[in-house]
Amino acid sequence: MLELNSICKTFNPGTINAKTALNSLSLSIKEGDFVTVIGGNGAGKSTMLNAVAGVFEVDSGTIKIDGADVTRLSEHKRAVFLGRVFQDPMMGTAPTMSIEENLALALRRGQKRGLKWGITNDERELYREKLATLGLGLETRLSDKVGLLSGGQRQALTLLMASLKAPKLLLLDEHTAALDPKTAAKVLELSDEIVSASNLTTMMVTHNMRDAIAHGNRLIMLDAGRVVVDVSGEEKKRLTVTDLLDLFSKASGSSEANDAMLLG
Amino acid sequence: MNFFVSLLNSLPGAVAQGLVWGIMAVGVYVTYKILDVADLTVDGSLCTGGAVCVIMILNGSPMWLALLCAFLAGLAAGFVTGVFHTFFGIPAILSGILTQLALYSINLHIMGFGTDNGSKANLPISVDKFPLLVSARYVRDLAIKNPILVLLIFLAVIIGICYWFFGTELGCSLRATGANSKMARAQGINTNFTTVLGLMISNGIVALSGALLSQYQGFADINMGRGAIVIGLAAVIIGEVLFSKVFRNFALKLIACVIGAVIYYLVIQFVLKLGLSTDDLKLLTALVVAIFLAIPHLRSKYFGKGAKKRA
Repeated sequence: MLELNSICKTFNPGTINAKTALNSLSLSIKEGDFVTVIGGNGAGKSTMLNAVAGVFEVDSGTIKIDGADVTRLSEHKRAVFLGRVFQDPMMGTAPTMSIEENLALALRRGQKRGLKWGITNDERELYREKLATLGLGLETRLSDKVGLLSGGQRQALTLLMASLKAPKLLLLDEHTAALDPKTAAKVLELSDEIVSASNLTTMMVTHNMRDAIAHGNRLIMLDAGRVVVDVSGEEKKRLTVTDLLDLFSKASGSSEANDAMLLG
Repeated sequence: MNFFVSLLNSLPGAVAQGLVWGIMAVGVYVTYKILDVADLTVDGSLCTGGAVCVIMILNGSPMWLALLCAFLAGLAAGFVTGVFHTFFGIPAILSGILTQLALYSINLHIMGFGTDNGSKANLPISVDKFPLLVSARYVRDLAIKNPILVLLIFLAVIIGICYWFFGTELGCSLRATGANSKMARAQGINTNFTTVLGLMISNGIVALSGALLSQYQGFADINMGRGAIVIGLAAVIIGEVLFSKVFRNFALKLIACVIGAVIYYLVIQFVLKLGLSTDDLKLLTALVVAIFLAIPHLRSKYFGKGAKKRA
């Protein structure tokens, strides 16, 4: 489904601030995989997701989604394939537009937008149904501005928007990091439900090792812009946080398995 | 007593002017509120609209064609700013300033069309010789040709079209671009395209308002757009500050801009009658806009939630 072939990205090349974020990173993900991605700060987790989403062009290497080479495709064109949820709850929705307008934008992801009405009445019924599955009471607030919602509600809505039109690949970029523990757990639970309901191929970046172990069927760890640990199936199920920390020290050749990674 | 009589006499003129600038304010609303861009192109494109319209009527063009061409000229101006901003990556404000500056020369040449040196700073047009749509002369007449009536019809059509357009898929994608461009791209919206489109629509409307303004005042002038953005902003902001609690519907918000423009001109008339020199108008305008821009900020700072904590 997703194939990253030795992609490289250096920010601010040739300057004193030059930072190699992706160092010849290769990764192949099968259809239906739910991959959790962990790594220390600056390991390249978000950069990898942004490279897939086309926020910037990679310096070298190729990116294929569902067989199509998207390496040079602009961000809005790649949106056809992708559902995205960001770390910042403000990022995934348009605050000055209503809940239904946001959903209508998401329903038309990757379609040509012409002079037909932006929302139709049939759609509203669909939105009500889908919102009800979130269990947040949003189904009665279709015309409320998204700016009125809490961070957790917005992330839940963004999740719904990302999956409304089933994407080839769902990208969750630390989407619970900015939420309180209880809300984070709820949003994670929703993510699991949505992913399994449509059997979505998913990449989820997280700072939390326990979440990374508990969710998905495959776990990769990045360090210095490349994949250093890749476990899946039974092996992943048996993983513990201590195992992960050991793997990390071995892979990165340093013993500073930092607490930040553990606590997230 | 005389003061009030002369004030009353000046009211229709102020209303008509407010309505012309109300059209312009709708254009400014598109960029400033919907696209979240402060577009300074309008200082130039207002005059472009006026110049194109007047020169075409003087050369025998039918009225509808002159208005259409003024609108198209505005679209072109917005397109240039949009390309500066999106394709060349120049900050929006600077892009607008560049186009505005370039338009100064272009406007001189438009008005100087057919003259010996090909450039002119002022182009009069007489309502006696040409069938103008709106003219200040009839502003107190109870007749179909009263500019207030004509302008109200124009406004109704423009606001109606805007209401329709911003409810379409394309219009929604334009609004999403202004609300959150990152999210818009994630939903597959080409934000460069929508930004250029928004700037074009805005300047098209502004140029149309310029075309009507030059007919209303009986001339196009190279300086007619100077400070236009500030008047447009004044109208948008006055409308918003006064009506944001009551007017929630999109069409009503546009109407609020128009009312804002009318209020602005009523206030200007009032202070002029009080004896303010026209030379000081720009200073007054800047102050009025500064005050209205400051109100929402100060209100939330000193009267909003958490204001006591900070104090």
